[in-house]
Amino acid sequence: MSRIRLAMLLFVASESVFFILLIIAYVVYHATTPSAADAFRYLDVPKTGIFTACLVGSSFTMWRAGIHFRNGARRAALALLFTTLVLGTAFLAGQGVEYVSLIRKNVIISRDLFGTTFFTLTGFHGLHVFIGLTMLGTLFGLELKRGIVDPLRAVDSVSIYWHFVDGVWAVIFPVVYLWILQ
Amino acid sequence: MNGGSVPPEKAGTVFQMKEYKGLLSWLSPVDHKQIGIMYFITSLTFFLVAVSLAMIMRTQLIRPNHGWLSSATYNQVFSMHGTTMVFLAVMPMLIAFMIYFTPLMIGARDVAFPRMNALSYWLYLMGGLLLYFSFFTGGALNVGWSAYAPLTETNYTMSKYMIGTGVDYWIVGLLLAGAGTIMNSVNILVTVAALRAPDMKLSRVPLFVWMSAANAVLMLLAMPALNTALVMLFLDRHLNALFFVPAAGGKPLLWQHYFWFFGHPEVYILILPGFGIISEVIPVFSRKPIFGYAFLAIATVAIGFLSFGVWAHHMFATGMNFTVYYVFALASMLIAVPTGIKVFNWIATMWGGSISFDTAMLFAVAFILQFTIGGLTGVAFATVPIDWALTHTYFVVAHFHYTLLGGTLFTVMAGFYYWYPKITGRMLSEKLGKIQFWLMVIGFNGAFFILHFAGLAGMPRRVYTYPDLPHLASINLISSLSAYILALGILVFFANLIVSLRKGKPAGDNPWNGATLEWATSSPPPPRNFERIPPVRSITPLWDLKESGRLPDTLPSSSRERDNE
Repeated sequence: MSRIRLAMLLFVASESVFFILLIIAYVVYHATTPSAADAFRYLDVPKTGIFTACLVGSSFTMWRAGIHFRNGARRAALALLFTTLVLGTAFLAGQGVEYVSLIRKNVIISRDLFGTTFFTLTGFHGLHVFIGLTMLGTLFGLELKRGIVDPLRAVDSVSIYWHFVDGVWAVIFPVVYLWILQ
Repeated sequence: MNGGSVPPEKAGTVFQMKEYKGLLSWLSPVDHKQIGIMYFITSLTFFLVAVSLAMIMRTQLIRPNHGWLSSATYNQVFSMHGTTMVFLAVMPMLIAFMIYFTPLMIGARDVAFPRMNALSYWLYLMGGLLLYFSFFTGGALNVGWSAYAPLTETNYTMSKYMIGTGVDYWIVGLLLAGAGTIMNSVNILVTVAALRAPDMKLSRVPLFVWMSAANAVLMLLAMPALNTALVMLFLDRHLNALFFVPAAGGKPLLWQHYFWFFGHPEVYILILPGFGIISEVIPVFSRKPIFGYAFLAIATVAIGFLSFGVWAHHMFATGMNFTVYYVFALASMLIAVPTGIKVFNWIATMWGGSISFDTAMLFAVAFILQFTIGGLTGVAFATVPIDWALTHTYFVVAHFHYTLLGGTLFTVMAGFYYWYPKITGRMLSEKLGKIQFWLMVIGFNGAFFILHFAGLAGMPRRVYTYPDLPHLASINLISSLSAYILALGILVFFANLIVSLRKGKPAGDNPWNGATLEWATSSPPPPRNFERIPPVRSITPLWDLKESGRLPDTLPSSSRERDNE
C-alpha cells in the first residue's frame, strides 16, 4: 500500500469518528425531543433523493475514472472526472436550494433542536463535499495540463476521500430523510 | 556534520550545525529533528507557564480564607493550568519525543510527510498563542479544562467584568492544535508502517516505537471526538444553536459524554509514550534486554483498546443506571491488568541486571513507584461508591497528579536525561540532575500525597479558598511548601538544559551504551540521520554488533566512571 493511500485511509478513519458523533447527536435529539422536532415536515424527501442519486452516481464515475487512469485511457478518465465534478456540484447546489427553502419557512439553526442538529450535520457534510470538489477540481485542472508527477496516486487518494464523503451521506440520508417517512 | 570519526571534544552542539544556522532554517524546517527540537522548546515554554500558574494556585491555597486572588482570577488560573498542561505542554512534549526518535529508532531518514510535520508544529504553536491571547481580551477560560456545559454557554460566561470570550479562544485554539495532532498521528503511523529499515520487522522495533504507534491510533480516533464537541459548542455560542441549552431540550450531559470519550483516551495519550521511554531507559541502565517484549507490546494495544470503553467512569456522579455503572466500573478496573503487566515487566527487567543509577534511571524507578500509587487510587475510583464519595475533591487531584506528574512528567525527565546527549551533542550534568531528582521526588510527594487526605476530609477541588476546618490548614500549608520545592527542582532542570548546552561534556555517539538504532549515528545526528544503517537481527541491534566485536565499547558504562574521567 502506498504511503499516501495509507495516510488518506487513516485521515478518513479520524473523520469517521467526527461524523459518527454528529449523527449520534442527531439521533439522540430526534428520539428524545419529539415535540421540538416538527420542523422536519418541511424536508422534501423526493427532491433530496434525486440529489442523493447524483452523489452516489459521482462515486461510480470516480471509480471508473480511476480504472481508466490505470489503463492509460487518459481522455476517458478526464471525461469521467469532469462528470464527477458536475454531479458533486449538482448535489451541493441541491443542498443550497433546500437550505434556502427551509430558511424561508423559518427553519433555522436556532429554531429548535431539529434545526440545530440538521444544519450542523448536513452543513459539515456539505463542507466536506465542497473540500472534495476543490480537490477534484485541482486534480482535473492539473491533469489537464499534465502537471501531476504521479497521477495514479493522486487520483487514488482523492478517490478515497470522495467515496468517504459519499458513504457518510449514505448514512445521513436514511437517518435524516427516510426516518421521518415512518 | 559530525561523522563518527570526529573526536568527541571537537563535536559541536546541534545549534552550531551549519544546516541549522540562521533564522530562515528555524522558520522553514522540514527535518523531523529540527521540528522535534522546536516542539521541545515550545512545549517546555508552555510547561514553565503552566508550572507558574500552579504555583499561583498553591500560594493562594497556602492558608485558609486567603484573599490574595479573587475567585474570578482563580477560576482562570486553574482552567488555564489544566488546559496548558494537557494540550500545550505534556502532550506536545511527548509528540516531540515521538517525531524526533521514531524515525531514528526504525532507521528512517525522516518522517513520511515532512511538510505536514511542519504544518502540525505551526498549528500547535498558533493554537497555543491564540489560547493565551484570551488573557488580553477580557479573561481566559474559567470553567475548568473539561469546560462542562452549560457553564460554557454565552449567558453563563457573560458578566459585568467579563465579556467571556475566553471560551471562544479556547475552542479555536484547541481545534487548531487538535488538527495538528491528527496530522502528527497520521505521520507517525505511516512512518512506522512504511519507512522501517530493511530488517526492522514489527517484532524488532523498539518498544518506544510500539507505544508511539499505539498512541498515534489513540490520538487519531480520540481527537475528532473533542473536535465534534468543540464545534457543537462553538455553534451554540455563535449561531445560537441549542445543543447544550437545557431550556430548549438540549443535553449538557452530551457534552460530558463526548468530552470524556475523547478525555479518557487522552489520559492514555499522555502516558503511553512515557511508558515507551521507560521501556527504553530501564533495559539500557540495567544492561539487560527488556523482559517480555511481546507482552509489553500487546499490553499497550490492550490499554489502547480498553481506553475507548471506560469514559463514563468520569460521570458516575451524574446518575446513570446500574448496568452502565457495572460495565464501566469493570472495564476501568480491567485496565489495571495490562498496566500491571507492564510494571512487572519493568521490574523483571531490572531483576538481576547490572543497574547503574544515572539520573535517567532514577527518574524511571521513581516513576514506577509513583505511577503505581496513582494506579491504585485509580482502581479505587473505578469503584462506584468510592467515586460518589470522593469525586470533585482533592482526592481526584492527588490521583491524577500521581499519574500525570509523578508518572508522565517523571518519564519525560528520564527521557530528557537519556536522549539530551543525542539531541544536542552534550551530556546533561549528572550532578545537577541528582539535585533536581531529589528536589522533585520530595517536592512532588510532599505536595500531592497529603492532598489525598484533604480530599478524604471533603475539600472540594476548583474552589479558590477554604474555611479554617480541622487539618485543612496544615495539609495545605505542607502541600504548598512542598510545591515550592518541586518548582525549585524544575528550575534546576531548566538551568541544567541551558548550562549543559554550553558546558556539558561532549556526548559521543553512544554515551549510555544504548541498544537501539538512534545510538548508531552521531550526536547530534546529521540531517539525513544515518550514513549506514547497521543490520537489525533482534530488538538490541547495537548490542549484537558489540558482541560480534564489530563495534568497540568506547565509553564506560556508569556515571561514576564518567565523572572521574
